[in-house]
This record gives sequence, structure tokens and C-alpha cells, in this order.
Amino acid sequence: MKPVRESECPLEGIAAVTESEKGQIREFIAEQVGGIRIDDDEDLFDGGHVNSLFAVQLVMWIERALDVPVERGDLDVDNFRTVDDIAAFVDRKREPAWTSD
Amino acid sequence: MDRIGVVGAGTMGTGVAQLFAEAGHEVVLVDVGDDVLERARDAIARSLWMTPLTRPSAPDLPVAEVMQRISFTADAGQLRHVRYVIENVTEDWETKRGLYGELDRICPPDVPFGVNTSAIPITRIASVTGRAPRVVGTHFMNPAPVKPTVEVIRGYHTSDQTIERTGALLEGAGKKYIVVADSPGFVTNRVLMLMVNEAIFLLHERVAASVTDVDRLFKECFGHAMGPLETADLIGLDTVLLSLEVLYDHLNDPKYRPCPLLRTMVYAGLHGRKTGQGFHTYETGSGIRMPVGRDRRRD
Repeated sequence: MKPVRESECPLEGIAAVTESEKGQIREFIAEQVGGIRIDDDEDLFDGGHVNSLFAVQLVMWIERALDVPVERGDLDVDNFRTVDDIAAFVDRKREPAWTSD
Repeated sequence: MDRIGVVGAGTMGTGVAQLFAEAGHEVVLVDVGDDVLERARDAIARSLWMTPLTRPSAPDLPVAEVMQRISFTADAGQLRHVRYVIENVTEDWETKRGLYGELDRICPPDVPFGVNTSAIPITRIASVTGRAPRVVGTHFMNPAPVKPTVEVIRGYHTSDQTIERTGALLEGAGKKYIVVADSPGFVTNRVLMLMVNEAIFLLHERVAASVTDVDRLFKECFGHAMGPLETADLIGLDTVLLSLEVLYDHLNDPKYRPCPLLRTMVYAGLHGRKTGQGFHTYETGSGIRMPVGRDRRRD
């Protein structure tokens, strides 16, 4: 299990996914798949654990529970395949949109 | 492309309207209240918006373009110009009986009526119209835009031409179909409602320790995509109860008696996925920032 470090946050005050939030993600997934244990790197879609209805639930939950707006361009299964992928997606969405030049 | 009338803007009606709008038809979606129509508009827009995730292989259609093909109206008179009607109102005989009399007066006599009912016999519905050869069962599964196959029911008087026309309409929208004869619940729901009801009894009698256990047994032992209680939540527990009552009334067989737990949940407003709570808990999307309105204009 790859730990998520709050120190990876690119700017002070911009919150990356905390362990607590990652725990929430695990808990939400576990509820959706019927309480069975899912590893953080286990593919939910290829594993046959979830279907399109789950995907809708997940996106709505991310918006509400993690307060992360999901854009239409974000609706790629690869952003939501695993607990790790979801956490990484939330991290990316919380990064400030800026350029270096 | 035809203009399709879709009557009833609940879970099934919104899915059917979306399906035919995606296929390029103009759709007139009719329901009695503006609030119902507004919820339907949001539900369809959200469902279209989610397509890249829910149906990755489907064409990524602009949301606004598809939405513009659907007119949302409380005026049933708008159906006078449609070429086919699919009805999806509540599974209640009195409601349907009154509605079909009205549809029969409004729509030109050559317009077929596709009855998207869970269990009411098609022949009974045809009997209150003056067009029995053009009344056919079109039992869509939920979610209608996603499920590949439709159960088509031939009523006693349904003509071959109506079956052919219905088949062509469905195939044009990317659906396969299977024709069955008329019977309460047809093939699918005569079996499914019984299974769902027994699953609820097994929970009620504590034979199964939990909702999750019931669903896992069917998914993990039989390889079902969803457990029976998840399926009940998806259908809507109110619809499950009404369907069981129709089966019980028409077949006079006590095996269709609804489980008391099902009745209690329906009376308590726990109708499943559409209300956010049934045997399982669901996100309903209320209060979230899903940019439905924005995409409606932008896409």
C-alpha cells in the first residue's frame, strides 16, 4: 500500500488527500462492493466488482464527500480504477492550475 | 427520424427519452407536473454527461445537442404529432386505463402504443383503446440507454406489422429484442419479482444475516451482476410492490404475496436508488456541483 503524504502538497494551504480521506475512499468502495476487502491497487472494473451504476455513485460521492469538482474531461475510467487512482485523481484536482512561465 | 412520444418522466421514462434522443429522434416527453419534468431534465442531462464513464464505447455526443431533441411538456396534446408512443407511467391499472383513453383520442389511429409496463397484461391495456393491433409491450430494462435488450410482448391482437415496426425502432436505437407472448409479468418479471420478493423474505426471516450477504450470495455463487436486493433498489421498491400486486391479482397465486418488509419500506418512503435509500444507501446527486446546467449550454 503506497502511503499518501501530505507533504506532497505543492502549495501550503492546498490539501492533498489525507490518510483520513483515503480511508473514506476505502470505506465508500467497501460499501459499494458488499463489504469485501479491496486492496488499494486492485482494479475495481476489471475485477468485476463494479458496474456503470457504481461509476455514477462514485463521481457524485467524490464531489460531495471530498468537495472536488469533477469535469466532463475527467470521466475516464483510468481515473477511478483503484483506490490509489482515485486518491491520485483527487490530488491532481486540488493542485493549483498555473504555468511556470 | 421519427418523432417519438414518451409518456411518464420517472426513472424509466427519462431513460427511454434519452435513448431515442441519442439515436437522433425528436422526443416529446410528457408528464403531469413541472417539478417532475425539471427533475427529468436534470436526470437526462446528468446521465448524458456521465456517458464517457458509464459507456466508454458509446459515441461522446454533445449534451446540449441531444437535450435539444427532447421537449419536456405537461401538455399531452403535444403527442398529436408523434409517430410512436412509449408509455412509462406508474404501474397502476386505473392510472393506465385513464391515460390510454386520453392517448387514444389524441394520437392519430396509425400510431403504435409501446407499453413499458412491469407486469400489467398488454391485452388488457389494448382493450381500453380503439387500436388493439397497434398496442405492443416494450419492456425496457433500467437503465434504458445501457441495457442491450428489450422484452417485446405480443398482446392477443398485436399485429405482425406492429411487431416489425417496433423491432425496427428498437434496432435503430441500437437495441436487440426478444418477442414473448402476453402474460402478467411476461417472462422477465414473472420470474424476477418472485426472486426479489423471496430474497426480501429471507432477510425478513433472518435466514440471511444481512442485505449484503443476500446480494453477495447471488453475485459470488451465481455470477449475477447484481444481487436481488440491489436489483430491487434499482427497479424501485414501490414498483416492485406494485408489480407483485399485479401478479398476485392476475394469477391468483399466493406465491406472489408481497413480503411485509417490502410493504413497510415502501410506506416509509424507502424506494431504493431513486430516493437515496432502499436496502442500500445511494448518492442522489442533490446539492452536488455536477455541472449539468453549464454543460447544457457549453456542449
